[in-house]
Amino acid sequence: MYVTVNNTKIFAATGGREFDPSQPTILFLHGAAMDHTAWALQSRYMAHHGFNVFALDLVGHGKSGGEIPASIDELADSVIAFMDAMELKEAALVGHSMGALTALSAAGRYQDRVSAVVMIGIAYPMMVGEAFLQKARENDPAAYQMMIDWSHARPSHRGAAEVPGLWMIGNALRVVEKSGKDTLYKGLSICAGYDGGFEAAQNLKAPALFILGDKDMMTMPRAAQKLIAAIDGQKTVMLKDCGHMQMIEKAADVRSALIEFL
Amino acid sequence: MADPNFLKFDTLSLHAGQEVDPITGARAVPIYQTTSYVFKDADHAASLFNLETTGHIYSRLSNPTTAVLEERLASLEGGVGAICTASGHAAMHLAIVTLMSAGSHIVCSQSVYGGTYNFLKHTMPRFGIETTFVNPRDLDAFKDAIQDNTRLVISETLGNPGLEVTNIPALADIAHAADIPLLIDNTFATPYLCRPLDLGADLVMHSATKFLGGHGIAMGGALIDGGRFDWEKSGKFPTLTEPYEGYHGIRYEEEFGPLAFLMRARTEGIRDFGACISPTNSFQILQGVETLSVRMEKHVANARKVIEFLNTHDAVETVSYPELPTHPDHELAKELLPKGCVHFQFHCQRWPRSWQGVYRTVADFLSSGECGRCQKPRHSPCLDNTSANGCASPQECGHFRRNDPPVSGY
Repeated sequence: MYVTVNNTKIFAATGGREFDPSQPTILFLHGAAMDHTAWALQSRYMAHHGFNVFALDLVGHGKSGGEIPASIDELADSVIAFMDAMELKEAALVGHSMGALTALSAAGRYQDRVSAVVMIGIAYPMMVGEAFLQKARENDPAAYQMMIDWSHARPSHRGAAEVPGLWMIGNALRVVEKSGKDTLYKGLSICAGYDGGFEAAQNLKAPALFILGDKDMMTMPRAAQKLIAAIDGQKTVMLKDCGHMQMIEKAADVRSALIEFL
Repeated sequence: MADPNFLKFDTLSLHAGQEVDPITGARAVPIYQTTSYVFKDADHAASLFNLETTGHIYSRLSNPTTAVLEERLASLEGGVGAICTASGHAAMHLAIVTLMSAGSHIVCSQSVYGGTYNFLKHTMPRFGIETTFVNPRDLDAFKDAIQDNTRLVISETLGNPGLEVTNIPALADIAHAADIPLLIDNTFATPYLCRPLDLGADLVMHSATKFLGGHGIAMGGALIDGGRFDWEKSGKFPTLTEPYEGYHGIRYEEEFGPLAFLMRARTEGIRDFGACISPTNSFQILQGVETLSVRMEKHVANARKVIEFLNTHDAVETVSYPELPTHPDHELAKELLPKGCVHFQFHCQRWPRSWQGVYRTVADFLSSGECGRCQKPRHSPCLDNTSANGCASPQECGHFRRNDPPVSGY
């Protein structure tokens, strides 16, 4: 479905269900150069298990219009603006990578709007290697390849996807390849530039869940520990033999973690 | 930071798609000879049937052994995924029924496997899908043949029986200018010699019975999606962009992105038409795929030796082989098939005695035979002009059509 937010057309996948005001709502927020299809193996399931689902194409991504904002905080503002447009008083935010920082920012600054926050594949601060950033700045396809290489744990490079017949490496490459000029660079840049993480963590009122991959090379679990330590009462699920594409590599485990937490 | 470190062809051909069984540690891919799978509970079953969760339901739709073959072939071709089918024909049929309905039109190379020709020329029109056949070397003919209702362009990497090299990048541009995808039958080249998806094709199909298996003991087919075609932007493929009531109004492109075509093909085409591959056949074809690169190298080396022989034989009038400078597509072959080709044609002047002599000699040492099977040569004697095709037989490969002048009266 499309919603106009601040004069910009925003797309959200609803998991095949109509909105039901009596149900709690989940917003899924994808990572840099990705789109709502990153959540295909969770969004439809959650939509059929008691939740309203909006898997967004964040502004400037996928089917949505607009430009990618200059900061994670502004990206978070755009998510809250989507909630305003949909007249959602509150929602659980489930974010991956850039989307996880966005969820954190929103949860810290709009405490009464965020009922729960799930951060998948997050590190804080989210460092981005200079060589990678440079290739992304040049819109060099090598940047996409680097990203997809490092985003999959070595076992996932051999495949054995949970979806019969899916070749995970190829599918992920296609998603980022079609993200468009400068999309990856802008996404990586605002991740690397985000400095409000600890402040958001201190202000957090919503329950928080971390879902991390033990073999994640993009956002290594150890790079999330300071953030985790800054949040009281958080929960962490560590996925075994999993890289940075947690929602695809370990789709069932992520579904289970979400159902249990939300 | 290091350069991208994806697994290479040989490693993929041995390992892709397989997770070693954590209980038994079995090295080989197990044959899951089962029709069905146990659900954990009613909710698990319901969510599987409604595409909310992932997994196997019934072996008509998917099977763990077949899934390994599918991933392996998708990885070797550089696609987003694959569906394996009962035969190559089933893969071709699956592609067509997933993309279009009655009233649609296809543009196809006229130099394709005879079974493909018969299927498109004589069978599909009964179901309302017409095909225009064009010379594969005439790119303008493809362009001119595309109509408003055209939904697919089809060619083979190497034409059959003419060995025309399809200019895949140029043909892809023509198809894409009309907002329709290009399907390449890559059976003759295999991903070892050519990767059509890297060259601009959108879909690739195989008769896995041939080189991928290599042993001639198992029928199978494969359909692989490159995942690059923008179904939404095209607007010509309602099966992928409009709600499908078979799954409560699901829109495949919206739900699955690059995987839209394969998800529709599996949840409708394989589900309803049922041309699934047997798990044992998948296992047998996997055994062949493990040695694909070494076999193809040997096939090419052998073909080159045969060409040398044919070039020196006084009964042989012409030899057609894409690596020869005399082949009309020689330059294109160097670009698109840099590792070589396996197939060739030759033409003898005097018949029948000299032809038979040449054939016997070729058959003695030709090990590249039977469209990919290692032990036997393939042959297509066309008795009125005594030409022979180095990798074909009318019985098994159907290279010649019943109304072709060369085989009339055969």
